[in-house]
Amino acid sequence: MRIAVLSGKGGTGKTLVAVNLAAVAEEAGYIDCDVEEPNGYLFFKPEHVRTEKVCIKIPLVDEKLCNGCRKCVDFCKFNALAYIKKLMVFDEVCHSCGGCMLLCPTKALKEKDKIIGEVQRGISDKVAVITGILNTGEASGVPIIKKLLKSGDEDAKLTFIDCPPGSACIVMESIKDADYCILVAEPTLFGVHNLNMVYELVKLFKKPLGVVLNKCLEGENPAEEFCREKGIKILGRISFDKGLGMVNANALIAAREDIKYRELFSFLLATVTEEVRDETVINP
Amino acid sequence: MKIAIPTDDQSMESNVCQSFGRTPYFMIFDTKSKETIFLDNSAAASQGGAGIKAAQTIVDSRVSVLITPRCGENAAEVIKAANIKMYKSINDSILNNFIAFSEGKLSPLEEIHPGFHGSEGK
Repeated sequence: MRIAVLSGKGGTGKTLVAVNLAAVAEEAGYIDCDVEEPNGYLFFKPEHVRTEKVCIKIPLVDEKLCNGCRKCVDFCKFNALAYIKKLMVFDEVCHSCGGCMLLCPTKALKEKDKIIGEVQRGISDKVAVITGILNTGEASGVPIIKKLLKSGDEDAKLTFIDCPPGSACIVMESIKDADYCILVAEPTLFGVHNLNMVYELVKLFKKPLGVVLNKCLEGENPAEEFCREKGIKILGRISFDKGLGMVNANALIAAREDIKYRELFSFLLATVTEEVRDETVINP
Repeated sequence: MKIAIPTDDQSMESNVCQSFGRTPYFMIFDTKSKETIFLDNSAAASQGGAGIKAAQTIVDSRVSVLITPRCGENAAEVIKAANIKMYKSINDSILNNFIAFSEGKLSPLEEIHPGFHGSEGK
């Protein structure tokens, strides 16, 4: 069972929710798909970490075969190619779509491997912690996320996917095979705008979803109103709590530190698992 | 000899565009025929690699001199491969930049910035 945790912007509490849910689930998996700035491992401090490099295929020119037709240059949507007396390839602009290699009439373009980052697998108590790291300056984290989600534990146990913020390609890749999506939202108008972005995205992917309202204060909560309007299930509320903020800022897992937070996240986990079970009954 | 310059508008009174890769137009002046043309920069709306594509356009227009306020490293690589000379524009109209260039008052563009690579136009 794969549960993705996402939000329209950074800092809403995706990692807080994903890390703590995995921690209370005990025998669970945690996959950090926020490959541009992974931080779940800072909380889990996994042991026995094994590292695997992730490569993409980029074009390598055989200048003897290239006839300078420039079909590849005109084709490349990412502008990774230029032709000045000979073909120039800008490795870090290339998105590894492979189009140029398919198109080349003289077969002058071959594949070469380029390392763009790595996947780290470790263990923290009973939680399998998998982290994707994209090297700085690389075009896209999608190949790392593909590797991450392929390497996740395939047994029936719960796996939490900590998604990148926003609703771009890397988020789509992260939720593609998820069974359920948890949307984390802040109680502000800006928070509602961002919540709506991911809500639209998750709907597009036809995934069952629920919302966790984070940093809740007394009084009105625009995010809660949004959920009520749209008929979205509210899975839980986390209060704006300096103590929780402090534990989190010290890179500690709240649910492992304090029984109060353990109960909060255990309750949330129970709600989520029940929701997921209901969904699989309705939409097997 | 052809001289290219990124411009905000299609007029000689226009200012030099602050971006090379994402400039809306390039003005190209032919010193032999005294002809001036404004070229649409098709790279302006690119998601990425705008500098590379804009540089290819400049090279394909058979330009020998580029006057620009700045240039990213990928674009500079393309420009240099074509042996196009780069000069730093002055903060003035296009016309005055041409005058300054013809009087030899523009200095070669030396600092090449590492590029914005996706941080612009998102």
